Amino acid sequence: MSTDLTRLDVSALTGLLTSGEVSAVEVTRAQLDRIASDDARLGAYLHVEGEAALTAAAAVDRARAGGAEPGPLAGVPIALKDVIVTEGVPTTSGSRILEGWRPPYDATVAARLKSAGTVLLGKTNMDEFAMGSSTENSAFRPTRNPWDADRVPGGSSGGSSAAVAGHLAPWAIGTDTGGSIRQPAALTGLVGHKPTYGSVSRYGLIAFSSSLDQAGPMARTVLDAAVLHEAIGGYDPRDSTSIDAPVPGLVAAARDGARGDLAGLTVGVVTELGGDGHRDGYDDGVLARFAEAVAVLTDLGADVRPVSCPSFDLALPAYYLIAPSEASSNLARFDGVRFGIRVGDDGTHDLDEVMALTREQGFGPEVKRRIILGTYALSSGYYEAYYGQAQKVRTLITRDFTAAYAGVDVLVSPTSPTVAWPIGARVEDPIAMYAADLCTLPASLAGVPAISVPCGLSEGLPVGLQVMAPGLADDRCYRVAAALEAAQDAARGHRLLDELVAA
Amino acid sequence: MSSLSRAEVAHLARLARLAVTDEELDRFAGQLDVVLAAVARVGEADVADVPPTSHVVPLTNVFRPDEVTPSLPRDVVLAGAPAAEDDRFRVPRILGEEQ
Repeated sequence: MSTDLTRLDVSALTGLLTSGEVSAVEVTRAQLDRIASDDARLGAYLHVEGEAALTAAAAVDRARAGGAEPGPLAGVPIALKDVIVTEGVPTTSGSRILEGWRPPYDATVAARLKSAGTVLLGKTNMDEFAMGSSTENSAFRPTRNPWDADRVPGGSSGGSSAAVAGHLAPWAIGTDTGGSIRQPAALTGLVGHKPTYGSVSRYGLIAFSSSLDQAGPMARTVLDAAVLHEAIGGYDPRDSTSIDAPVPGLVAAARDGARGDLAGLTVGVVTELGGDGHRDGYDDGVLARFAEAVAVLTDLGADVRPVSCPSFDLALPAYYLIAPSEASSNLARFDGVRFGIRVGDDGTHDLDEVMALTREQGFGPEVKRRIILGTYALSSGYYEAYYGQAQKVRTLITRDFTAAYAGVDVLVSPTSPTVAWPIGARVEDPIAMYAADLCTLPASLAGVPAISVPCGLSEGLPVGLQVMAPGLADDRCYRVAAALEAAQDAARGHRLLDELVAA
Repeated sequence: MSSLSRAEVAHLARLARLAVTDEELDRFAGQLDVVLAAVARVGEADVADVPPTSHVVPLTNVFRPDEVTPSLPRDVVLAGAPAAEDDRFRVPRILGEEQ
């Protein structure tokens, strides 16, 4: 057939697969061919499941040929961020310290996707242990932005964003601690959603900052993201912070939103995120696209008003104390005893020295910086001034959200203050790198859901709009994002990603 | 707010079991001093009577039935270890020569 299967949305792919017009093997082979031809340039994958993916796809085809219906997602390929543990499949979290490790079990997210019959294409590149905003902190290689190969794809889920935007996977799983799904989605013209904290299982996610980490979907359309979110979400007894509540109808919300009627919805535009008096560090082009998108929401019937959340100004310093503190504790498990590499075990060093040598060689500079900062923030004499104070600021941020949601249904902001920047531009300046997370950090700290949806181009590069909703109201994110997507696609006559293909 | 000296960074690295090089110490001390100055802004917040948030999900203890379920197979787990011996993780000696 002449259709390029790698260009199809998942909703189109599932139709062709279930009707039998294409086989799972054909779809998987098309993706693997595409990876073989394009990934040397993009660097999206750390590991590709060649033959294993074809074997899994063939099993789906056999089941369908035998009259069994293995489920609507069976045979759809998927890529997983390498922070997600996969049984027998190399998993490094972007770090040398786990090089060569093949985990003995599946993360719940991976297990659910496997039982739905999806075909694992491979594991995507990421900043080491998800610490970064550009994927340049990967211990293995940088990933490039499909829109401009000299620019970053965002991070830390930059392998997933480059894979999906570059058509090396129809969709992917990312994880978001301070913006690592939403920001790379924004920088590559994708939809990316960070679910309510606790609503998607963390079992089998290699922990960075446990009170913030959350896995979620990255896709080319809002509808595809909703389908993927429903497939992975819901209560998991293996995660002690998992919320035992039904997942709201996300696919239904996306379909409802796409009808384009937002009458009765109130939208708050957060002043502190790019509004009056808070425009330092924001690209003019990003603010212009954002303002146009907000005007579209008004046209669709939403009641739009400014909302002030004063504590959001302190989200960045609070986050860069809380996350490194939790990381310094979580990363203590990498001691060269149970998994990964070991350095210096030649009979001349004791256990303590072997641990220090292993961690020195296994961790990259950003991971070391954060471990040292976190160790400092938690140490006696400084704990109250740094970690304790940051936790109290976290309470103030949550209170700002609660007050805002008393008056509006959702909050909106740009997803990222800037478009994708040149590779290398921020590597030696941690503060400049951290500023990329300015808009995404408040929702992370409060544990509320937030989605990024494309809203146009600036300097030929994608811009994202973020929709934040109250905890467990993820459906509102999908509804508003779908309404904006449908209206802008109709107005320009094609999807934003089509401009990448044409370029 | 205090700043981070090279000697303090060396001490913290030791606490965190990181055998950092002299070159790294020079680089990290400067970078971490800048980062610390930036994050110290949390001190600007008026947080009198504000309780800390350690976690956004209200946590209560959860009980489950005390049923035996299989663990991961020992050989599979040990296969991922850098060194194993006699069905156990093998580690270097724990005490230094002088002890």
